[in-house]
Amino acid sequence: MLTKRIIACLDVKDGRVVKGIQFADLIDAGDPAELAVAHAEAGADEIVLLDITATHEGRGTLIDTVKRTSRGLFVPFTVGGGIRTRDEAASVFDAGADKISINSAAVTCPELIDEIGQSFGSQAVIVAIDARRKSEDYDSARSAEVFTGGGRIPTGLRAIDWAREAERRGAGEILLTSMDADGTRNGFDCELTAAVSESVAIPVIASGGAGTAAHFAQVFATGKADAALAASIFHFSISDSRALKAELAKLGIPVRLPC
Amino acid sequence: MTSIASVQIAVVDYRAGNLTSVVKALHALGASPEVTSDPEVVHRAGKVILPGVGHFAATKFLADHGLTMAIRESVARGTPFLGICVGLQWMFEGSTEAPDVPGAGFLPGSCERFVIRDKVPHVGWNSLSVREGSRLMRGVEEGAYVYFTHSYRASLNQDTVAVTEYGGAFASAVERDSMMGVQFHPEKSGGVGLTILNNFLEL
Repeated sequence: MLTKRIIACLDVKDGRVVKGIQFADLIDAGDPAELAVAHAEAGADEIVLLDITATHEGRGTLIDTVKRTSRGLFVPFTVGGGIRTRDEAASVFDAGADKISINSAAVTCPELIDEIGQSFGSQAVIVAIDARRKSEDYDSARSAEVFTGGGRIPTGLRAIDWAREAERRGAGEILLTSMDADGTRNGFDCELTAAVSESVAIPVIASGGAGTAAHFAQVFATGKADAALAASIFHFSISDSRALKAELAKLGIPVRLPC
Repeated sequence: MTSIASVQIAVVDYRAGNLTSVVKALHALGASPEVTSDPEVVHRAGKVILPGVGHFAATKFLADHGLTMAIRESVARGTPFLGICVGLQWMFEGSTEAPDVPGAGFLPGSCERFVIRDKVPHVGWNSLSVREGSRLMRGVEEGAYVYFTHSYRASLNQDTVAVTEYGGAFASAVERDSMMGVQFHPEKSGGVGLTILNNFLEL
């Protein structure tokens, strides 16, 4: 049976992990290569490395980071953050990424999805969508709007329409972040996730709002997510992906166990 | 002895996506693969791996560059061969993804798109039901999980050595003598995948 994926996400700046998941014994490690392998060994189904380096000099560091991180990693490895051209994507693939994630650049230049998909295959292209509801109204999930520039710039695009266009252009997966839920730890926006997931045939990865294992179970069941991004959840009661998946299995969610 | 003659493992590059992960996994297992599009190198290699992600039409490159012939002769001599993903699909007569591009025809039948109400592509970790006696699957436990990403699949046949369910059963691994194929990505399937790659390296 196809399982629901738990994806560990590392936010990286200038070659160091600055946010995301901290293991009790690795709190000060900050080394993406070390943390990525630790997460894979702790049962994560995939690893996402999100580069939040703002400077041009930092981009060279990213390639080195991707090389070092991919070396010991034998689960799918996605790299996102600041990829704006096909050539930039190519250098990230050469460094060892299996998939790239593009966000603002895809909105600015949708042809980028086609170009990368045609060169490297659709399975290698994740389109990341940051979406926010306009109101609390009924059906506002379907009218949620896409934002770019780290959530600062409204685009006027509906998330479900943009997800459909991304799919049509050859995206292999959608990484959907609810800006309303992000950081709340009150649970994923299951309605938004379901609205997008039902609009496309490609997998949707849910992100934003996780606080408990039950939140993951909800986004898989009612949110119809195919995968979910785990960041700040790994702390006290849920130590790692394996522990999270053990909880999900008890709640009837199919997960990769043992892992 | 020329350097070509000493190639142990040829990883065939047919310009279909990213070979970095396959090569990296082989290195981790202590092998020294050579990535090549040269039929001579393929012909003389001790083992041949045909990876592949993307569209079946990309396999046209193999026929156009003499690689189909090189692989065919190598397989006929009993050289171990492993097709991965589109590489497995190419071992069959063809795929409805690109009806005009013939496969190698090592195995009977054609690959077809999933016809299900679930999502296509089939992406993620799914389980294997393993046939006993497979050399490729040696040490892989029943129900072990591996990573898939594909929209087309091969039907079950007498050479199927692992079965996976997604809207019905399909062939997730095939094996006939030293000719083998996997629909999943062993290089992305953690310890289970490395076990399978290592089984191939030890043939």
